[in-house]
Order: sequence, then C-alpha cells, then structure tokens
Amino acid sequence: MSLDEIKIGGMGASRRRVEDNRFIRGKGNYVDDIVLPGMLHMEILRSPLAHARIKSIDVSQAWKVPGVQLVLTGEMMAARNLAWMPTLSYDTQAVLATDKVRFQGQEVAAVIADDPYIAKDACSKIIVEYEALPVIVNPIQAMAPGAPLIRDDKENQLNNKVFDWEIGDKAKTDKAFAEADTVSKLELHYPRSHPSPMETCGSIADYNRATGKLTVYMTTQAPHIIRAAVAMVAELPEHMIRIISPDLGGGFGNKVPVYPGYVISILASILTERPVKWIDDKTGNLISTHFARDVYLQGEMALRKDGKILGFRMHTISDHGAFFSDAQPSKFKIGLLHSTFACYDIPVAHLTASGFYTNKAPGGVAYRCSFRVTEGMFFQERMMQAAADDLGMDQAEFRRMNFVKDDDFPHRTPFGFLTDSGQYGKCLDVGLEAIGYKDFHQEKEEAKKRGRLLGVGISTMTEPLGAGNSREYDILGIKMFDSAELRVHMSGKAILRTGAKSQGQGHETTWAQIVAHELGIPADDIVVEEGDTDTAPFGMGTYASRSTPVAGAAVAMVSRKIRAKARKIAAHLLEVSEEDIEWELGRFYVRSAKENGVTIQECAMAAYSNVPDGMEPGLENNAYYDPPNLTWPFACYIVKVEVDPETGVWDVLKVVAVDDCGVRINPMIVEGQIMGGLTEAYAAASMQYITFDEDGNCIGSNYMDYLLPTAWETPGFELHEVVTPCPHHPIGAKGIGECATVGGPAAFVNAVMDALKGTGVRNIDMPLMPNRVYEAITTKKDISGMPPVRLDA
Amino acid sequence: MYPSRFGYESPRTIEEAIALLDRGAGEAKVLAGGQSLVPMMKLRFASPEMLIDINNISGLRYHRVDPDGSIHIGALCRHEDLVDSDAIAKHQPTLAAAAPLVADPIVRTRGTFVGSVCHADPQGDWAATMIALGGRIVAQGPKGKREIEMKDFVLGPFQNALAFNEIAIEAVIPAPQGVAQGGYLKLERRVGDFATASVAVALDMVGSKVVRAGIALAGVGGKTIDASDAASVLVGNALTEEIIRKVAEQTAAAAQPRTDHRGSADYKRQIVRTFTSRILTGITNSSQKVA
Amino acid sequence: MSSLYEEIATPPASDVPVRRVTINVNGEPRTVDVEPRLLLAHLLRQGLKMTGTHTGCDTTNCGACTVLFDGRPIKSCTMFAVQADGHNVETVEGLASASELHPIQEGFKEEHALQCGFCTPGMMLAAKALLEKNLNPTEDDVRWALSGNLCRCTGYQNIVKAVLWAANKMRAESI
Repeated sequence: MSLDEIKIGGMGASRRRVEDNRFIRGKGNYVDDIVLPGMLHMEILRSPLAHARIKSIDVSQAWKVPGVQLVLTGEMMAARNLAWMPTLSYDTQAVLATDKVRFQGQEVAAVIADDPYIAKDACSKIIVEYEALPVIVNPIQAMAPGAPLIRDDKENQLNNKVFDWEIGDKAKTDKAFAEADTVSKLELHYPRSHPSPMETCGSIADYNRATGKLTVYMTTQAPHIIRAAVAMVAELPEHMIRIISPDLGGGFGNKVPVYPGYVISILASILTERPVKWIDDKTGNLISTHFARDVYLQGEMALRKDGKILGFRMHTISDHGAFFSDAQPSKFKIGLLHSTFACYDIPVAHLTASGFYTNKAPGGVAYRCSFRVTEGMFFQERMMQAAADDLGMDQAEFRRMNFVKDDDFPHRTPFGFLTDSGQYGKCLDVGLEAIGYKDFHQEKEEAKKRGRLLGVGISTMTEPLGAGNSREYDILGIKMFDSAELRVHMSGKAILRTGAKSQGQGHETTWAQIVAHELGIPADDIVVEEGDTDTAPFGMGTYASRSTPVAGAAVAMVSRKIRAKARKIAAHLLEVSEEDIEWELGRFYVRSAKENGVTIQECAMAAYSNVPDGMEPGLENNAYYDPPNLTWPFACYIVKVEVDPETGVWDVLKVVAVDDCGVRINPMIVEGQIMGGLTEAYAAASMQYITFDEDGNCIGSNYMDYLLPTAWETPGFELHEVVTPCPHHPIGAKGIGECATVGGPAAFVNAVMDALKGTGVRNIDMPLMPNRVYEAITTKKDISGMPPVRLDA
Repeated sequence: MYPSRFGYESPRTIEEAIALLDRGAGEAKVLAGGQSLVPMMKLRFASPEMLIDINNISGLRYHRVDPDGSIHIGALCRHEDLVDSDAIAKHQPTLAAAAPLVADPIVRTRGTFVGSVCHADPQGDWAATMIALGGRIVAQGPKGKREIEMKDFVLGPFQNALAFNEIAIEAVIPAPQGVAQGGYLKLERRVGDFATASVAVALDMVGSKVVRAGIALAGVGGKTIDASDAASVLVGNALTEEIIRKVAEQTAAAAQPRTDHRGSADYKRQIVRTFTSRILTGITNSSQKVA
Repeated sequence: MSSLYEEIATPPASDVPVRRVTINVNGEPRTVDVEPRLLLAHLLRQGLKMTGTHTGCDTTNCGACTVLFDGRPIKSCTMFAVQADGHNVETVEGLASASELHPIQEGFKEEHALQCGFCTPGMMLAAKALLEKNLNPTEDDVRWALSGNLCRCTGYQNIVKAVLWAANKMRAESI
C-alpha cells in the first residue's frame, strides 16, 4: 500500500538523469546553440605582450572590412565609463585596456560583425603599437624592491601587494613550538591551473530599446550575482535586466566571475541595437579567464615525540595576476584555506597570508577549490607525510592518532571553524583494507627486483562545504543563502525553481528526488528549472559545492512548508482535526483508521477546488535557507603507483576513494562527482598546469600545452562509501562535488614521494611530470615549479 | 579558430593537381589529411591563397609490401590504414610500433603518412621513422617523377625539398637485407601530446647479426635527428649488452635537445639513451625467441 | 530549397569564392553554398542548424566536434565543408531512429556517462565507430579508441561502462 521511495525516485535512488534525455540526442541548449534574429558576432583582440604601454591603436582598417558593424576600443569604453569594472573582491579590472596591458591575452579591442569569420578578419587588421615594460611572473619578483608597479592605475597603490591577512593565535602557537620535541617543515608551490570546462565562456547580449530591457544569455554559474553586477556596471535598473543561464558545458568555477567579454557584448548590443553574441575560443578562455591556485605555501608543525601534533603555523603567498577578482566570501582574503588541518585535533595554529599582483591573468579561486581549500588540504596532507617521515612513523597511524575522534563533534578548529560529524578512523580502515596496505611492503620489494619503485600515498581530509551562514559569509555584501520555490499543480505534478545553477551536477534530477522524499510525489512528476533571473528565486549560484548543503536544504524546507499546508487540507478532506492526521510517503491518513486517507495528489486537487474556509487556494511556497553552519564531508583517498626510475614515468596501479558525505540523494550522481574530481586530481598531479617564461608568455593557453588526461592515461577508481549524516542539514546531506579535487592530488603526489623514499627528496612541485621525477631521483634535490620556466633560446 | 580566405580546387587527377600547383606559383598548398595544415590555418600561422585538395584523386590510398620486400605507401594512405595493416605488422616492426602513437585515433582516420613526412615537424613520428628506415619520397612535378632520399628530404623544421610545383605521391621503404627488426618508443605525457623525445630504430638482421642500422630521433632538435653514425656501430655485429650500451650512449650524444617545459636537455638525452637501449634489448629478446 | 526567401544582408564581395556542395547528412542530401574556409563543424551548427556537434578547442585536441565521415570518426573542426562534397556525414542527431535510441545513447544514460553533456555527442560517435569495427572490445580497447575525445566531468570510467553496456546489447540484438 505505501509507496516505495526508491521506485518513485526519492532519496537514495540512483535515478537516471532527466538532463540526459536532451544531451544524448544532441538537443542541449548551450549559449552558442542559441540564435536570435539579427544577431551579430563579436571577437576580442588580445594583447600579445604581458606588460606594455599602449602607444596607439589604429582600427581604421578593421572598420573597412565588409560586414563589420562596430569596432570598440578602450578609449570608446572609457567615454562611457566602462573601460574599468568592479570585481567581486572590491578591486577594479580593465574591460578594454586603455593605458597599459598587464597580462598576455588581456582584452584590447573588440570587433562586432555579421559573422565570426569576418570579425576575426577585422581583428587581424587592427594595429596596436606597444612599448614593452619589464615583466613580473611570480610573487618573489613582485615583492622585490624596485619592482615595476603593475597597478599604477590605482590611487595609493605603491607596490604590487594586494593584501596581508592573518588568523589564529600567534602567541599560543609560538609557545607550542617552544615546547615541541621536533618541528617538521615543508615548502611548496601549488601551480597555476585552469578549470577549463569543455565549453568556454560566452554571452548573447540583447538590449531591446523599445522596452528598455536587457536580456543576456550567459555562461554563468551565478545568474543573480551577474544581474546585480550588470546593474552596477551598466547602470541599468535591476528589474530591467534578465540573465538567462541555459545549459552549461561545465563550470568548475570558471563561470562565476564577470568577464570583460560579457560587458563588451552588452555595450555592443546597446550601441548596435541588435543581439551580440560573444563565444570565447579555448585560447581566450585559458589565457584570460579565472585561473586556479598559484599559491606558495610554507609551514611548520610542532610535534611531540609520540606523534601528537601540538600546533602548526603557515604562511601563504598568493599570485593574483593583474587584477584581484577572486570570487569568494568577502571576509576571507584567501578563501577558506584556513580550514586546513580541520580533521586533526590540533589545539593552536597561526596563519599569515600575502597576496601579490603579477603580469598574469586574474583569478585564483576556481576549479573546484571550495574557495582555496584545495591549496589548504594539499599542503596539509603533504605536510602530514613529511612529518610522519621525520618521526619515522607509519603514514596511516600518524594520521589516525591525530584525527578528531568520533565522539568529539561538533569540534572547534584553531581558526574558528566548527566541524559537524564524522567517522574518520572508519574511513581510513576501509581505505587501507581496499588498497591492500598490509601486504604493500612485500609488493614493493618484488617490484624493486624488476627495477621499479612502488609507492602508496594517503590523503585524508574534511572540508567546509556549503557557504554559508549570514554571520560570516557574503559576496559583495550579499549574504550566501539559497532558495527554492515549489508550485504543485492541481493534478499533483509540480514545478520547482531554485537559485542554484547546475553545470552538470544533475539538479534537474536530484532536487526532484528531495521533493519526492518529502512529499511522495514521484520525481518524474516534478520539473526543475534553474538559471533565469526573471523566474528563479534569488540565489548565489552553484560553486564551492554549496548547492546540496544550501539550495538542497531550501528544497527540503519548501517541500515541508507545502506538506504543512497539505496536512491542513487533508484534515479538511478527511473531516478530522489536524492532530489526528499522520503522514506516510505520499499520503495523509487518520491515525486511528489508517485505511482512511488522502494522497498528496488529492490534496493538490483540493487546493484548487476544495479548500477549508479561510484558507487561500493554491499549493505553493518558497524557502530561503540560511545555513547554520558549513557541512563537513570526509574523504580518504589512497593511491598506489609504480615509478620507472630510468625515465621518471609513473603509472597509477590503483586508486581507492572512501567518501563520507552524509546522506546521498542519488548515489550514482555522487559517484560521478567523485570520479570527475579524482580525474582532476590525477591531472593536477601528473601533467596539468600553466606556466610562464621570463617574458610573461603563457605556456598553457591551448590544449597542446595545457594537458588534460584522456581516457587512456586516466586510471580506474574503486569507490567506497561511509555515511555519517550531517546533524544540522534537513536531509542529513553534506556537500561532495569538489572533495576529490580537493583531497585527491596529495594522494597521487604522496604516492610518488613514497616511491622515492630514501632518496632524500622532500618535495617535487606538481605536476610531477616524468622529467621532474627523474631529476629528483638523480640530483636528490627538491624540485620547484616556480615560474619562469627555463627555455633554451 | 577562423582561417583567412583562400581559393579551393579539387582536381581529379595528379596531373591536374600539379598544373594547379604550378599556376599557384608557390601560393598554393596541397591538402591531403589536413590534420597538420588546417590547425595551422585556423590559428592563422599559415594562410595559403589556394588549397589543392587531392582527396578526390583515385588510386592514391594504398600501402603494400612488394614481393621484393619493399614497402610502398601512397599519398592518401591514412595513419589508421597502417595501424590496421596485417602486412605492416608482419613485415615492418618500426612502422608498426610507431603507427598507433601518431596523434590520436580520430586524427589517424584522416591524417596521411606521406603528408606527415612532408610536414617535417621536428616532433613528427613519421619523418623520424622514414630516416631510420632509409626511405625515400617519390615526387611528381610538371617534368615528371623523381625520387628524393629521406636524408635529403627534410631540410629543416617544417621545410622539405619539394619544389613548389611538386607533389609527394608515394613513400618507399627499401626492401630489408634480411629480416626487418626495429621499434619505436615515444615519451608523451598524454595521447596526442607532442613528443618529449622519441626514438625510431630500424635494423636489417641476418641471423643474429645486424647488416643495416638506422636510428632517428624526434623532439630533440631543431629538426628530425639522423643518428645513423651512432647506428653504424651496430653494423656487422650481434646485439650484445655492451654494444647496446655504446649505441645508446652515442645516440644520446647525437641528440640536440633544448631545455624547455618538457624537461632539461640532459633529461631528453636520458630518454633517448633509455629508449634506444630498450628497443635494442627488445629486439634481442624477441629474436632470441625466434632463434 | 528549404526557404522561399532569404535576404543576404551583406552580399559577399565578388572576390569571395563560393562553392555549391551537396553533403549527405544523416541520410539526407543537403545542398549549400559555402566559402571554402567554412569549417564543417560550423556548417553543421550554423548552416544546417544542427547544434549537437560542439566545438571545444582551437587545436584539434578535444574531439567535441567528432562526426562520422564515410563511417569513420573525424574532427569536423579540422575539415572544410567543401571537402565533404559528395560524402556521408553522420552526426549525433542521426544516432537515434525515428522510434528508438541507439544502444550507445541508452548506455550513456544508463551508466551515467555524461554530466554537462558537452563532450557527449563526439564521444558517442567515436564509440559508434569503435563498435562498428569491434563489437567485443576490452576496456583497454574502449579507452584507446576514445583517447581523442576529452571529458572534463566524468573521469571516463562510466563512459567506458556505457560503451561496454552498448556493445553487450548490440551483440545480443545481432544474434
């Protein structure tokens, strides 16, 4: 009689995805698929130099190309007060360069033409005269006395520093170090990489002069933030701006910020009175849009001789490129990097951070980083390995003895975070068993006879997902709640809209599962929409794994509001008082007579045809969810590798992932997120990075240099699950989308470093390309990846 | 992403194609597989005024092993034809080893062996293979055909010895003197990457003795490196551990690598040394099995 | 003729070469006038309005633009439309029949082999080409055959499972 929750696509069902129906038919609706009548095409001219004064720009020949409708320069933008725009970090960023170019690939001019081929032809006819300036490609150069000033456009900017920041208790930490038996140190560079979704960024701006409304189709993970930003920059009223984010071909944080291309396309549409489409090419995307990481991390750990960690201190130096435009909660200058070491019971810590401008693309917070938690957790697990080695302790046992214990939650970290729940030891056990940790030593010896070096690397971490509570989290002053709006139709079918924006996470499938869980309406009966600011309730978008924790919670809460009203309707239909009503999945019934009940569908119909006196008709509501805390999933990733010491090539033999993200809405989708993240971890560890030569030329601005692994190199993954529900989340779920990207890289690197144990090498900066591994083995020295890269002439 | 404008012809015969090239006075380029040319045009690194598409000329897509043992590869033989070829797998181990490593499986359905050799990319697999094999190119121009030895064919990076009005119509690999042995190893960080370094070894063996040896290197110099001097140490000898070590060392010395983001010059030399040794050792092991 | 009237806003200059080509797309002949430099991918997407084929890079690496050309997978961003004159092109839009999905499409949905969907059409067509050559591939065969198609979301493992699922079904149906 009662509904089977799995059968109706409720929580726990590996429901096949609704989105797939259109994608497998090639009927997705990505921005470049959209055609508007009279649409024009825009191409951006980018700077070939990393730092140079612009002496002149001659666009006369570009205007003459047949089919060209408009050519825009920085000067023309400046005349309309649009040459610069505010960033999400309270800095400014050039839209089109006026005085100088400050990174290779910076936007210098734009052509709007009848088709993209003509736009490109015209771009190639623009003549720009540059006067080269000295180039800065790393923060050490940036902070050197006498270094050229990059942001001479900013009043009161006397050097290349962006910020200084600090958290923790220095005095107590110093005391812990004074009392330590040993101190372990580590220094490394987390290299610059790029989220590089398969689909680049783009927009179609359509300003309708007759109505005064601006509609922009845009690759954005946060349409409402964009609407607010466009209102500010374009000085148009908020209600006359409609941002539509259709299907997105991946995001990974690359599609959160406001890019010059969007702003230029909007102005172009206003000026030409026609829709203007701008689709960036892969080079433009890699060379100019938000990169990720590029942080130098130094740290020390105070240790008792039995292995107990007494305290730690860290200093980070972050490279922000030419403009400080990180998309992160405004209170924190290095995101949530200070969640580092949160899974370990450490009483005191101190962290200082400095940020610098360089002649490189802007960004830093992107690529599934959970707001720089990738950097924090990578350093954490590399430091744990170094400390275990220094102590002569086993990697796993050193971690285990320092874990926060199961009964110690909620647990306050030295930097003020409150971790919520976990079974860290159990996850470690599952991982060690799965990788065959006990027998590894023998495996290693046998491989040695074949001339190969085996290594096992462990990475364990908990991370803060679901920004975040209004007391502490905001972007540009807007609080980081999220929202859901649910309307149930008279036949019991429903439409749900949220303030999130899926880029492949499957919200159309999973949000319906939450509603099915709460209301017993089959998931197939619920359509889910996101991304149109005219219809979606206000939300801060999808990134930093915040959607299940925040928007998902809002979906649960709005469903409960609906159920509360439906209960009243049920009481009316069953002619009993509300106190006599019980609920089972999809149905209200009279407690004393269970066979006497009404389905949720019958309540829905009644909402339109038979409501009790005094009740408004209809069955819909909304919910805005201010999360009380972040959620804290835990992961244990263990990797086994084999290194060929003659070439430095290493192969992955096995990858084991144990993830505890609380209650899983759709296990299939959760596993998909983990595997995608593990692949990014493998990519970062093995081949994927952006570097620069001493002239600031970007190496990594196309797929020949920026290497993504293919199906051939990418290893297989063995996934395991532990479930510790989140105590404060309405459905007990925690975030998961980024965990493997955050925790994974250290497992791969630790494995290679374990294989190299005994060579005396402490660190090889990622990516651990074969040449770096070989050099480490033969020189027995640490390998740094700090740019500039050396290139023989 | 968007090439500049060009004129386009699709001749039906070689003679027609040559006449068009001749008329083009150096501004026309042959389009075969296009897997090297078209990407360059899209980035506007190449902007020929005219493309002469030879894909509709019949009779050019072939490869065969002749009774005398020589191998003939037509201008439109695609990389994947060689990957799938039983004849090549049986008769030409260097080619068979290199074929699956060229670019990626999708590019291999269009890209051509001959086109790739003509492209003369210093990191190209086929130019190195041809040099190691002592192959030659058959070129046809307005005045007829001529043959160009591989060592004279690659003049520098992306420069070959064809006249502006000549088309390479066939690649020939001479018959082996004895049994063809060889191998090809390439260090690429992922499928489709340019080679950090690669080594082509081609030996003709009679019994356990080497009667002809060719070694060529890709990715370790301004152009494909002909390491035949190092290879000559092998001639007249059996493949002993000592000889293999010596040849590997000399081959590494013949490389002219540059330090870049793929590694230091010394590292690339190490790869050359290691790969040469491994290919030769592999030949020893397999010919021991045969013997 | 697919329209009665189409205005050309800016007539091409007299020196712009245009060729008329007929390409058999998903079994249907399509005749178009194109400039030689128009990439096949752009003809499909903008000219023929079949936007299932995607463009994801500018260096012929990513394979999002993969279509079948006379049955073999090619990167349609690296072929000019004029080269396809007289040839057969199959895109993702041609995978399903009028009434049924292709087993590869079913397999991709069943095994969660897509997330954002952008690489999916190219990936499925490369898989189709593989299965037409080898209906009993190993996992390695599949990974090798798909090594010209990049995916950023899935980590490939489910894509491999999907192709093996489809191979299974196709073998069963061919008995």
